[in-house]
Amino acid sequence: MTDLEIVSRLPQDERCLLMPLVRTTKTFWLWAGLMAAITLWSAFAYVYQLRNGLGVTGLNTPEYWGIYIICFVFFIGISHAGTLISAILRVAHAEWRRSITRSAEFITVLVIGFGAVQPILDLGRPDRVLNVFLHSQPFSPLLWDVLSIGLYFTASSVYLYVPMIPDLALIRDLGLRPRLLYRFLAIGYHDTPEARHTLERIIAVLAVAVIPIAVSVHTVIGWIFSLTLRPMWHSTIFGPYFVMGAIFSGIAALIIAMAILRRVYRLEAYFKDIHFNNMGLLLLVMTVLWSYFTLAENLTVWYGGEEAELATLYSKLSGEFALPFWLMVALCSVVPFALMARRGTRGVTGTVVASVGVVIGMWLERFNIVVPTSYHPRFQLPEVHYLPSWVELSIMAGTFSGFILVYMVATKFFPIISIWEIKEGREKSIAEVSERVAAYLPDDLAAVKP
Amino acid sequence: MPRWGMAIDLDRCNGCQGCEVACRSENNIAVAGPEAAKQNRTIFWIKVHTEIEGEWPSVRARFVPQLCMHCDRPPCTAVCPVEATSLDRDGIVNQIYSRCIGCRYCANACPYTVKYFNWKRPSYPESVVPSLNPDVSVRPVGVIEKCTFCHHRLQKARDVARAEDRPLREGDYTPACAEACPTRAIVFGDLDDPAQRVAQLSRGPRAFRLGEELGTEPKVYYLAKQD
Repeated sequence: MTDLEIVSRLPQDERCLLMPLVRTTKTFWLWAGLMAAITLWSAFAYVYQLRNGLGVTGLNTPEYWGIYIICFVFFIGISHAGTLISAILRVAHAEWRRSITRSAEFITVLVIGFGAVQPILDLGRPDRVLNVFLHSQPFSPLLWDVLSIGLYFTASSVYLYVPMIPDLALIRDLGLRPRLLYRFLAIGYHDTPEARHTLERIIAVLAVAVIPIAVSVHTVIGWIFSLTLRPMWHSTIFGPYFVMGAIFSGIAALIIAMAILRRVYRLEAYFKDIHFNNMGLLLLVMTVLWSYFTLAENLTVWYGGEEAELATLYSKLSGEFALPFWLMVALCSVVPFALMARRGTRGVTGTVVASVGVVIGMWLERFNIVVPTSYHPRFQLPEVHYLPSWVELSIMAGTFSGFILVYMVATKFFPIISIWEIKEGREKSIAEVSERVAAYLPDDLAAVKP
Repeated sequence: MPRWGMAIDLDRCNGCQGCEVACRSENNIAVAGPEAAKQNRTIFWIKVHTEIEGEWPSVRARFVPQLCMHCDRPPCTAVCPVEATSLDRDGIVNQIYSRCIGCRYCANACPYTVKYFNWKRPSYPESVVPSLNPDVSVRPVGVIEKCTFCHHRLQKARDVARAEDRPLREGDYTPACAEACPTRAIVFGDLDDPAQRVAQLSRGPRAFRLGEELGTEPKVYYLAKQD
């Protein structure tokens, strides 16, 4: 019997969710080929940069940081899609999480490497990157960053892997190929009630543990900027602002991923309208929060009225960076609010449109943080503008395509929706939730002990 | 320990850029060329800035040579992940070119914009190559560099003083820019030795420092214009 035949005979949940592992369409190969080609092109661009130095970028004095650092902040932000959202939903016992946690956790683990590599692409001497360990200087926020991202990657990988073990054991027992991979990854797990109980306790602990780690990651990235004396970087709001923005862009990325998965793998029965509605509500909350933080950030600078700060602020409000600034406001605030505040537009199309806007808007936000401040030092104002070169744009394109490619490949080896959690939801949740609701109701007066 | 510092008299500076030339040949600063100049990628350890004040006919030009301020509380050293830049015992902010990973965090943290990055491999006009200074290492592509107060001259001066079995005297150690300044606008020495001219000037009523409100405690003082 082929793998496809085995899977075709299974009950609905297993059949639908394992089908992507055993059946690959031509469209998949087409897209994978395209993504691989773009990624290869970016690898060529990087080799070109390695041979010629950072002179091949559009960077200059004092615009020392550009696309790479923007993408670093952006992609690590996207990585907050998974671990943080999934952990918060798990901790909150949100029942609708069951079909979306896995796809979210995969985003985290797969995108984090693409984010973490950006500062290395940005190094003048990537050959000396190990100096970070050999000559560590513990007061540098960059070192804190290396540590927190390392910890985050480890924790979110474990947090992706552990809840996947029962599914891996199922695949192993079905005998799908590559058998060795699944036998190795399932680490001898057998789905007994005791094993399940232990597993769920570990997941509960992990879900709580990854939340502060995720918060620390983007806080530290915010501190990289805010611990310098630069106008509009030196601000206490940056830590929480970055964390909030990361969750914001993470939710948007997750909505887009869910919509694509639903379409290409025929998962309409699992990613239902209610899921998009609920994710849309989360997006709405973050839209309002983002608008509040942005207002607070800019109002403080404007009212304080310090000369160097104002020069940077006005360059965004009405100067050379007005277009990216107001486009960001439109895409992060106006568009998602208008769409997500109405029940009628919180369907699949509405949430996806809002999410695409938010992802682009959040990229622009990183641009508006990095570039305008670089362009406005306190002394020695520059005469030229930073414009990214073809090398930087190619590497950025390659980062997107590389991430999409590994995500596509991951869906071919691992069920992108947790099978056992869906089944557990069918078997146990209704009784559990009824019990929980019953527990909230007032007791009989007679039964209450004074 | 002496605390090396500088006082620049803005009344005396006539903008001749002699300090820039002296610094360039003393410290083997790469000649980037007109293309790089258009891209803002040139390197100047000391740079004379011109500010034009007022409108014609009452115009006046003001020249401000800017170099590394060798802050006593340098924002650039704290952020370096590999300790490739630090404040040494002599109060000089140094750079370890062979350790720098080129992340440019220090350049971003410096409020004075006086740290320079080697965007390209260093190049020199052929006529300059024979006269490169053997005391100063040439910086490779991809690292940060900046004014070191001609630190190699301090090492030489110390060796001489030790050989002659005497302490360092005022004038034993002078950076190339101060030495070359034809109007003697740049005065260099130990800020902690009240007998030295630089210490007296830095305590005088005309003395001010750039970005004093930032709390970086620069050791380069400017003497305000009077006339």
